[in-house]
Amino acid sequence: MFAAGIVFAVLVVAVLILGFFAARWRGGDLSQLHEWGLGGRQFGTLISWFLIGGDLYTAYTFIAVPALMFGAGAIAFFAVPYTIVAYPILYVVFPKMWRVAAKYGFVTGPEFVRGRYGNRWLALAVGVTGIIATMPYIALQLVGMQVVIGAFNLGIGFGGHLPLILAFLVLAAFTYTSGLRAPAMIAVVKDTLIYLTIIVAIIAIPSSLGGFGGVFAKIAHAKLLLPIPGPHTTGVYSGYATLALGSAMALFLYPHALTGILSARSSETVRKNAVILPAYSLMLGLITLLGAMAIAAGVAALPQFAAGFKTYGPSFAVPALLIHTLPGWFVGVAFAAIAIGALVPAAIMAIASANIFTRDIWKEFVAPGMSPSAESQIAKLFSIVMVIGALIFIFGLPQKYAIQLQLLGGMWMIQIFPSIVFSLFTRFYNGWALLVGWAVGIGLATHFALLNHLKGSIYPFHIGGVTFPCYIALATFVVNVLLATVLSPVFHAIKSDRTRDVTSSADYA
Amino acid sequence: MPDDNTERKPRVSFWRILLVVPFVATLWVPFFNHAKPEIAGFPFFYWYQLLWVVLSAILIWIVWRVES
Repeated sequence: MFAAGIVFAVLVVAVLILGFFAARWRGGDLSQLHEWGLGGRQFGTLISWFLIGGDLYTAYTFIAVPALMFGAGAIAFFAVPYTIVAYPILYVVFPKMWRVAAKYGFVTGPEFVRGRYGNRWLALAVGVTGIIATMPYIALQLVGMQVVIGAFNLGIGFGGHLPLILAFLVLAAFTYTSGLRAPAMIAVVKDTLIYLTIIVAIIAIPSSLGGFGGVFAKIAHAKLLLPIPGPHTTGVYSGYATLALGSAMALFLYPHALTGILSARSSETVRKNAVILPAYSLMLGLITLLGAMAIAAGVAALPQFAAGFKTYGPSFAVPALLIHTLPGWFVGVAFAAIAIGALVPAAIMAIASANIFTRDIWKEFVAPGMSPSAESQIAKLFSIVMVIGALIFIFGLPQKYAIQLQLLGGMWMIQIFPSIVFSLFTRFYNGWALLVGWAVGIGLATHFALLNHLKGSIYPFHIGGVTFPCYIALATFVVNVLLATVLSPVFHAIKSDRTRDVTSSADYA
Repeated sequence: MPDDNTERKPRVSFWRILLVVPFVATLWVPFFNHAKPEIAGFPFFYWYQLLWVVLSAILIWIVWRVES
């Protein structure tokens, strides 16, 4: 573990330094919000690929999804259809979003909504949803890092929480100075390490376990496939499919995802990325299988990992597998990839939330006349608030709160789908109707999640004698859409808001 | 503002219907919740879904080629 510790520390420190140099990369005036918070909208296809990929496939994903495979089995593979169907959505919807945002100088999703409906309360709802859903997500990135640092602590003693706190304070500092250029630059290093790790792991580990046939043969039959539904229920099948679809629909609505898209050079860059980003999905599928390999390798029963599993639960499966099967120095590379994999999304999430806070809350409700450089300053400060908030979140509260809030976050995020996505195709809707739909959607989603004691995101709905387990986000989204659709003509009849649209229908042709 | 050299209104083509296929193929669980046939030790459930990552990327690529 000593060699691993050295390699890990060198890589992570090098990347943190790189974050500061990024400020001078493709120089821009960082006192402008679109330069600090969108990297000047200039990233080409390859950088966007690294940035968006590094942004969506986070350290938490790399720990939590194989942990689910390790603990619960085949259901974890929903991550694959989820990240398959997300890309047709990206291709059809978000190049449009890019064009409108670039034309009118929108930096955030809520800004687009405000421009489209002239309704700052709807924009506020959309913006606050994004910030609240993002906060636990940043906190969970720390969990990914915590597990690998924890593995070092159990092995060689690594300074307790200190390295984690230091890494995130440095992250806050380079986010402040460099803006989106920092995670864009770091993402290139991070994903190179991740791809390297996965290729090595996928080749080396199964060969010591009798190939993939040997790995799958050791998985209990109940975990290998989804259980076949009994009579009068769609069982796990509908849970699996709705979880994948609902997650895919919410994915690009997250502030960090939208920030990644809007920082691209052109809408063509976004379209090309819909073709090449699935490479990450393939990698995610293979990473998920690390959970199966951890079962086959029997790491849970090895005495040297007992303390790790006791502290971190199934999240320790992947680190234990890597330590058990790979040479020490390469474990350092792999752990560095996971740790840096936490820094990239955390930085983008902090920046994206800061953009929203500045444009849709502070400038709109507190200081309407603020100058562009004041805008940039507020955003920089708020990004620090987000990172430090995440640190307090993870060390000050039990970890389960971050997990529960992130679960709720996904169900809340999808409620802004009509406001953002429908608005790119039609002006049928009325801003107030969308706001009512949003509010009811959020309320219902929270209600059903509480009925599940915030433990699961699939709720068994009963419809005419048949039980239909469905991802709560998707079911409540349907209610949201129905309500917004029925109420829009009513609100338009009372007082149409169509004249308040600052964009023109030609923008959406 | 960014350079707008590559910025043009893309055509929206009939071929977009292809983009529906991944939804049907990967969200209808009875299609793939089987262990057999295996390939290289992978049960059908796993290789089928991994294969669709590649197939869906190809479908999106076709639509992009046609439209640009």
